Amino acid sequence: MPLASTSQTGLDVQRVRRDFPILTRTIHGRPLVYLDSGASSQRPLAVIEAVSHYEQTSHANIHRGVYVLSEEATAAYEQAHVRVGQFINADWDEVVFTRNTTEALNLVAYAWGLHTLRAGDEVVVTQMEHHSNIVPWQQIARHTGATVRYIRVDAQGHLDLEHAATLIGPRTKMVSVTHVSNVLGTVNPVRELGEMAHVHGALLCVDGAQSIPHMPIDVRALGCDFFAFSGHKMLGPTGIGGLYGKRQLLEQMEPFLYGGDMISEVTFEGARWNELPWKFEAGTPAIAQGIGLAVAVEYLQGLGMTAVQAHEHTLVQYALERLGQMRDIEVYGPAADQRGGVVSFNLSGAHPHDMASILDQHGVAIRAGHHCAMPLMHVLGINGTCRASFYVYNSVDEIDVLVEAIGEARRILQR
Amino acid sequence: MSSDMYQDHILEHYENPYNRMTLEHPTLELRDLNPLCGDEVRIQACLDDHGHLAQVGFEGKGCIISLAAASILMEAVEGKTLAEVKQMDRQEMLDLLGVPLTTMRVKCAMLALRTLQKAIHLYEGQQGACSPAD
Repeated sequence: MPLASTSQTGLDVQRVRRDFPILTRTIHGRPLVYLDSGASSQRPLAVIEAVSHYEQTSHANIHRGVYVLSEEATAAYEQAHVRVGQFINADWDEVVFTRNTTEALNLVAYAWGLHTLRAGDEVVVTQMEHHSNIVPWQQIARHTGATVRYIRVDAQGHLDLEHAATLIGPRTKMVSVTHVSNVLGTVNPVRELGEMAHVHGALLCVDGAQSIPHMPIDVRALGCDFFAFSGHKMLGPTGIGGLYGKRQLLEQMEPFLYGGDMISEVTFEGARWNELPWKFEAGTPAIAQGIGLAVAVEYLQGLGMTAVQAHEHTLVQYALERLGQMRDIEVYGPAADQRGGVVSFNLSGAHPHDMASILDQHGVAIRAGHHCAMPLMHVLGINGTCRASFYVYNSVDEIDVLVEAIGEARRILQR
Repeated sequence: MSSDMYQDHILEHYENPYNRMTLEHPTLELRDLNPLCGDEVRIQACLDDHGHLAQVGFEGKGCIISLAAASILMEAVEGKTLAEVKQMDRQEMLDLLGVPLTTMRVKCAMLALRTLQKAIHLYEGQQGACSPAD
């Protein structure tokens, strides 16, 4: 019996589903069961229409235009920063729009790290990071002589905080961690890690790609210095994401990219930088996508992030229960109350890609592979996992479809 | 219908692969990865005096499609000349498999052939460098 009817979680899933046109699709003749929101979420009609409306009625380049269209576009794009800032309890000009989380993390690595780190300094990340929070730091370390160190992950998929306490010390200049693991779903104690960092004068950068879509975020309460996120994982368009940074830091930092719109004055001798956040938004930005992101945020606020979190908790609990009943399924990561809406698993003897192909034939979309976390796969001693990730439009019934399809895969893969 | 990709002959090659083994003294050998998923395959071959692939063998870690493809490839290339193997293209490999593959899975199917072809190029490069008169 399903654990709870979805209405008990505070979300009326059937009503939410009607807002997402793509969910009426069939795949191989079956209803689409989309369980890959951890990679990219679907978009509600409100976002699709806002982008389309902007393109049809108000598009022009922002800033400096003195005609109506440019003023409308500028106002809408700036308002999008306000909306996103409110969503995470930041001032609007502490929110830099980027293409995605990867670009936001690269911004921190280059604009802060390249100019700040020296030989002997250390950047502390974790073994469960996405490649986008490892590779930029490795590159900056090569340029500066700094070292990247990795907080261990234990067998249950938790960070080893004792190990963290031994790593974070006087040499540490930056602690950069994922808020929620994209593979294990682990919700990391970023506040505590931030306190450890700040004691030693280091900064805390949070990769929020897998947290901001799924739980209330208050960057001030988290105590982070930077918070990076993607729009397309939180019902917004692709090509838009953001970086929150404490004003004082953003003001001190050098720009990331140079060119138009990020300057206040240019002479043949040099340039002075524009005010925040434009100093970090060189060139024509993704205007329509920024506006779309603001509408996505509005949509999530309408649902209520506490309700969103509770809904996903119900789904994860149910998924863990169903998968846990299958002896030949290994599930990775912590218990339901310590994780976000992500469940990674493997069927004994089956390769994740074979599983994903068979599930696809049942209309079930999951992700399979290393999930851009090859170092974590190495720690787990596996090549990859199957990953189901949930969002506001997923129902308990869909998890039943997943489980049924896994049964079919078993018949083929373990014949 | 869900087993379109996993038809019996594919599963049979996966379960009872042809020449999944290590050769003692291979003339050519290469290990390669599919960067998308981390699957890996190692192909070895011994050449006879006439430049034919007298013996071939593979090892690997991967999905059913990539390992079945390797097995099917071993069967297909045994006895062929290097030139013949170099000419094999994507369609020929897909025809050998004989099952419909989605775009992403074609990469799994091609891993063994691409690795063997790379191994041949490397081998010929070395031969060229060592004995230009050859």
